[in-house]
Amino acid sequence: MTELAVPAPTAASRGGVVLRRALRSRSALAGAVLLALLFLLAFAGPYLTRWGYDDKDFTAFRQPPSPAHWFGTGAAGQDVFAATVRGMQKSLVIGLLVAVVSTGLAGLVGAFAGYFLGAVDRVLMWVVDLLLVLPSFLMVAILSPLFQGSTWLLFVALLAAFMWMVTARIIRGMTMSLREREYVLAARYIGVRPARIIFRHILPNVASLLIVDATINVSVAVLSESALSYFGFGVQPPDVSLGTLLADASTDATTYPWLFCFPAALLVLIVLAVNLVGDGLRDALDPGSGQAT
Amino acid sequence: MAKFLLRRLLNYVLLVAVATSLAYLLAASALHPRVNYEGRAPRPSEAVIDAKLDALNLNDKTPLWERYGTWATGVLHGDFGKTWLGESVNAEIARRFGVTLRLLVTGMVVGGVIGVLLGALSAVRQYRLTDRLITAGSFLVMSIPVFVLGVLLQVGATKVNDVTGLKIFEFSGEYAAGLSGGFWAQLADRLKHLVLPTISLALGQIAVFSRYQRSAMLDVLAADFVRTARAKGLRRRTALLRHALRTALIPSVTYFTYTFGMLLVGTTLTEKIFGWHGLGEWFVDSVGQNDVNAVAAVNCVAAVLVLVAGLASDVVYAVLDPRVRVGG
Repeated sequence: MTELAVPAPTAASRGGVVLRRALRSRSALAGAVLLALLFLLAFAGPYLTRWGYDDKDFTAFRQPPSPAHWFGTGAAGQDVFAATVRGMQKSLVIGLLVAVVSTGLAGLVGAFAGYFLGAVDRVLMWVVDLLLVLPSFLMVAILSPLFQGSTWLLFVALLAAFMWMVTARIIRGMTMSLREREYVLAARYIGVRPARIIFRHILPNVASLLIVDATINVSVAVLSESALSYFGFGVQPPDVSLGTLLADASTDATTYPWLFCFPAALLVLIVLAVNLVGDGLRDALDPGSGQAT
Repeated sequence: MAKFLLRRLLNYVLLVAVATSLAYLLAASALHPRVNYEGRAPRPSEAVIDAKLDALNLNDKTPLWERYGTWATGVLHGDFGKTWLGESVNAEIARRFGVTLRLLVTGMVVGGVIGVLLGALSAVRQYRLTDRLITAGSFLVMSIPVFVLGVLLQVGATKVNDVTGLKIFEFSGEYAAGLSGGFWAQLADRLKHLVLPTISLALGQIAVFSRYQRSAMLDVLAADFVRTARAKGLRRRTALLRHALRTALIPSVTYFTYTFGMLLVGTTLTEKIFGWHGLGEWFVDSVGQNDVNAVAAVNCVAAVLVLVAGLASDVVYAVLDPRVRVGG
């Protein structure tokens, strides 16, 4: 949205229009502010408390929230606040990475399939069908022993590998109509290579859908990550994510509610904020929504 | 038409075959059944372990392709092999499939119907209080993971049971063990056990479908044919239900195929949380126990279910939209 810095020319720039529309929606604005605050909490939080996420306070086991331990303590004296903000960091970083990778992959596959059609298209769309038949949760769970004891980046790659299919199909459909447009035909006739046409002319024109999709995918990724971690198929100890924290606390949810409530509430808030921003962006990017809002 | 259907069926069979093979190969290379035996005390000798693993076609000393060949031959003859405890995978699937299906179908039907109705209502009352409440509610529900929802429901049910002093809600298993009584007592007991898992599964579906249906319905409400229906004298209710809702259902039906995967995962989580002994619970446990054959079999069932759901949504699509009916 750098266009905003330039004094407005006669017609408003597209970025400006979109930003203004998105800001006019109160729920999207609230979502963005909430998300910013959650990021701040996740990354500044560790500096606010003197406890590390793996420190143990041997004078306080399973204590309710107090000035010393803001969110209380766990069974072995862990500080719930420190663990929760650490878990938020992990969940947020994984969510963002997965969304960026999977949306990028969706854009590439969809654009290549829709531009080349023919055999390329048939092969790529068959792969899409195949991956849609294999539920991502099951596949990542099966492969979880591979990243136990190795890097969590592999977990990110696996999550992303099973999340791009539906978007790729939509992008393919859009590309099929874009490739008949005059500017694409002109580029093709003057001899621009297909890869260059895709990156210069096709992908920028489907960018708005990709941006919305990336936003929504953040929330999907955070939810998948926490569900997998909840069953031990995701982030591995000693590292923590909101999913592993909730798994540890789920049996004690009634007896020691603070163990469960804080991570659960923050997880819900993250997903809610991302969904609100995504919904606002979608409305703002939709040309037809101008009169409605 | 028959040729078209046949080609499609062949493609489906191919998809299931490749998907299941892929699941088997991945499971066989990522999971290590040997660990199950090595962890035992006293530790069995290597030769004993090898013999046991060989009998189950789980020995990682046999090349992967050879194991795959043995497994695939069995599957072609309708036998998914044995679990690592030596029980038949087929029998286990037969036992658990009904449990999963019951949860899946009730969650799907309850979630789909209520979601579509709420979405339609929301669109008709656009920007009024009803619409705002439904929208806010669906956003909130979409942000709550199934496993958090499950725990919250259990906590809530415990409270209700404590306050009323009755066992209104049951939240563990699918039926009370050792219950004696007639058919009605059994049925009531099963229904009691079904309530909470269905809610936890259906709420997410309701939220998603109400969003889809709302936007589809809004597109249709402004269309000419709805105005025509009103102009020719149909009552508002008839015009909305017969013309607007029916047309607006079409895009939601296409979304059904995509949300079905989500529903399968939701069922897995729900089974695990509420202690239903279905396929999802079995899958999660089997991965933990390095049970390659069981894991591959559950994947095969999931692949078939996804394709059947896709077919079903195509059929519903054709029923709703006269334009796609081939050959009348």
